[in-house]
Amino acid sequence: MSVEKLSDVIAILNEYDNNPSKLIPILQKVQHKYNYLPEDAMTFVANSLGIPPAKVFGVATFFSHFSITPKGKHIIKICDGTACHVKKSEGIINAVQNKLGLNAQKHTTDDFNFTLECVSCLGACGIAPVVVIDEEVHPQMTPEKVTALIDEVAKKEAQNAGK
Amino acid sequence: MPANNLKEIKDNYDKQYANITKKIIICAGTGCVSSGSMKVFEAFKTELAKRNLNVCLKISEGCREIYLSKSGCQGFCQQGPLLSIGDTFYTKVKDTDVVELIEKSVLKDEVVERLLYKNPADGKQYKTTAEIPFYKKQTRFLLQDCGRINPEDINEYISNGGYESARKAIAEMSDAEICNFMLDAGLKGRGGAGFPTGKKWDLTRQSKGHKKYVICNADEGDPGAFMDRSIMEGNPHSVVEGMIIAAKAIGADEGYIYVRMEYPLAVTRIKTAVREAREIGILGKGIFGTKYNFDINIMEGAGAFVCGEETALIASVEGARGMPRPKPPFPAVSGLFGKPTVINNVETLANIGKIMAVGAQEFRKMGTKNAPGTKTFALTGHVANTGLVEVPFGTTLREIVNEIAGGTTGEDGSPDQEAFKAVQIGGPSGGCLTKEHLDMPIEYDTLKAAGAMVGSGGLVVMNKTTCMPSIAKFFMGFTQNESCGKCVSCREGTKQMLSMLTDITEGKADDKTMHTLEDLANVVKVSSLCGLGKSAPQPVLSTLRYFRNEYNEHIQNKNCPAGACKALAKYTIDPAKCVGCTACKRACPVGAITGEVKKPHAVDKAKCIKCGACMKACKFNAISVGG
Repeated sequence: MSVEKLSDVIAILNEYDNNPSKLIPILQKVQHKYNYLPEDAMTFVANSLGIPPAKVFGVATFFSHFSITPKGKHIIKICDGTACHVKKSEGIINAVQNKLGLNAQKHTTDDFNFTLECVSCLGACGIAPVVVIDEEVHPQMTPEKVTALIDEVAKKEAQNAGK
Repeated sequence: MPANNLKEIKDNYDKQYANITKKIIICAGTGCVSSGSMKVFEAFKTELAKRNLNVCLKISEGCREIYLSKSGCQGFCQQGPLLSIGDTFYTKVKDTDVVELIEKSVLKDEVVERLLYKNPADGKQYKTTAEIPFYKKQTRFLLQDCGRINPEDINEYISNGGYESARKAIAEMSDAEICNFMLDAGLKGRGGAGFPTGKKWDLTRQSKGHKKYVICNADEGDPGAFMDRSIMEGNPHSVVEGMIIAAKAIGADEGYIYVRMEYPLAVTRIKTAVREAREIGILGKGIFGTKYNFDINIMEGAGAFVCGEETALIASVEGARGMPRPKPPFPAVSGLFGKPTVINNVETLANIGKIMAVGAQEFRKMGTKNAPGTKTFALTGHVANTGLVEVPFGTTLREIVNEIAGGTTGEDGSPDQEAFKAVQIGGPSGGCLTKEHLDMPIEYDTLKAAGAMVGSGGLVVMNKTTCMPSIAKFFMGFTQNESCGKCVSCREGTKQMLSMLTDITEGKADDKTMHTLEDLANVVKVSSLCGLGKSAPQPVLSTLRYFRNEYNEHIQNKNCPAGACKALAKYTIDPAKCVGCTACKRACPVGAITGEVKKPHAVDKAKCIKCGACMKACKFNAISVGG
């Protein structure tokens, strides 16, 4: 593990007094920093807290928010809760998968620009179906609207890359 | 200012507020923000500043003229962004409307009619929320201040009578008195199971030990439910106040709010509320100037539906996988870190301060004898008005669907009373209700008898384009995914049920499938440890109970009456309507359509891949799907 990464993780652990009961908030902070949970960081957290690495791995794989593989730069969350589902969110999921060449097993694009996550409910049922791209909530989506949004993000990304 | 003098805070606030002549409230709930309400807010700020008007964003010393305030969720999400200027209520406001609104509605007392709410059913316009049927038919007891006050200003909460109940409980009442009061009031837990709150508190109060905890369960994981989110966003201090009273009732000095990370705005608001309360001595050491200590930690959940179950939630706060354990011992005896713990849901806690303010007798006047008070519901699906509603227990489904929600809508989104098919209530643990239940009063017991449950309060109205076996499959997919894997019957049972439901919707099932499915559902129901497994078969059992014919159609005739199951779709061209324009033939990617120009075409069912391209291409409505 790099010195820089090591000092980041130590700082997070100190913030929670190396308290094993704070494992979840610690992992949340680590994930926030690296956008996933690197294996070496998890092992280091386990050793520092005096708990088996298997326990940390167990917690990391139990909760859907944690990811042990790197995620894309832009996160697209499509709500497939009941309200969104009856308002045909399935069509939106298919449209995004087709657009980005993803499927039920593959969630991240090869260039690591996009990760697609299907979530159970974002609590914005009054404006279903809902799509969240990088924390911004988009109401009453359709397959056409969502692909246009992705085009916009991709265009910005290409512009930034060109600079 | 110290919190032992709430009256002083209130008087001070009222004095500062006295010079305000116009109040503008912009809804800043998740729904309205996503429809662009913050752009409207910024536009107001800029345009008011251009006109050199006195504007204040938070009531403080020297405020006069205009108060521009953000509120929490006002409930009428579909019509957002929502805005009120004085009493006048505007819907679907855009930033480009702001100049006109300022010139007419703020500076003169004119009304901008085109932005008033128009009832889709009769085209009538309404000026105030008090007149709009969506609000008029509700009883907003709990949500009274939600969407009216600024959720990020503790002084505004206090000036509306807030924290007076908590002060009274801390300074003037004994723990037993508070428990007895709650028993008199008869409040039942709003998280789903409906356990009497007073009883829960009294059991924890009697448990021995110096260290006790209060946990607020804000892990609202039911898909299709957002009541708790709205309360936390709209009136977070009411939750904090409820927790303080609960703490005194059981003798706790520490509390946790376990909130879903999928609700970023709710997390921010509740954090602000806790900080504000700490700053004026309502939380922390020696609260309200007494010797009593109580403080609140906030923990963000990491995404697991099963953590709504109390023992799983406790495991997760302790830093472990969120898996439930057998009860007893109940959390009242041995909960968080082995200490006596009370766990209440957001809506339950938000009720408490209000109930103490009005008194137990007054509270009991609402609702029914067995279920006093009101319940909030997240009203969604195929209805004209979706949003957050609050009604007394005992209200009928018909009143909610037809009067508040403005009736069922058809496929094109316009009102169509005939389109009503079912209401799904209680999420993945609940069940479906049909036309015959429309006049049944909604209450814990009546719903249970009908094979559904109050649950946390998700209420999804479904029209005739919804296929019931598919809905059962949808919920089973959800519970199968969320099963923690501890009990074999739930882990394997949900998987098998899901595969049988998939067979049914894909036309691969035979007569045996339905019996096996029903048998297995009953096994999983009785042999799982926690609520998730016990109630996982509920959507299957309730749809089998009320829509058995629809299952039979799928199995015996390989036909989906709702036309929703793609694998069973049968595209046919009505020769009477077909003019032979060849549009469908050209749209078909597999060449399954044959026919000559200007003569009726036909679909070759063997070649058809059921993509629906022909139906979209047809301009004469000649192609139909399903039987």
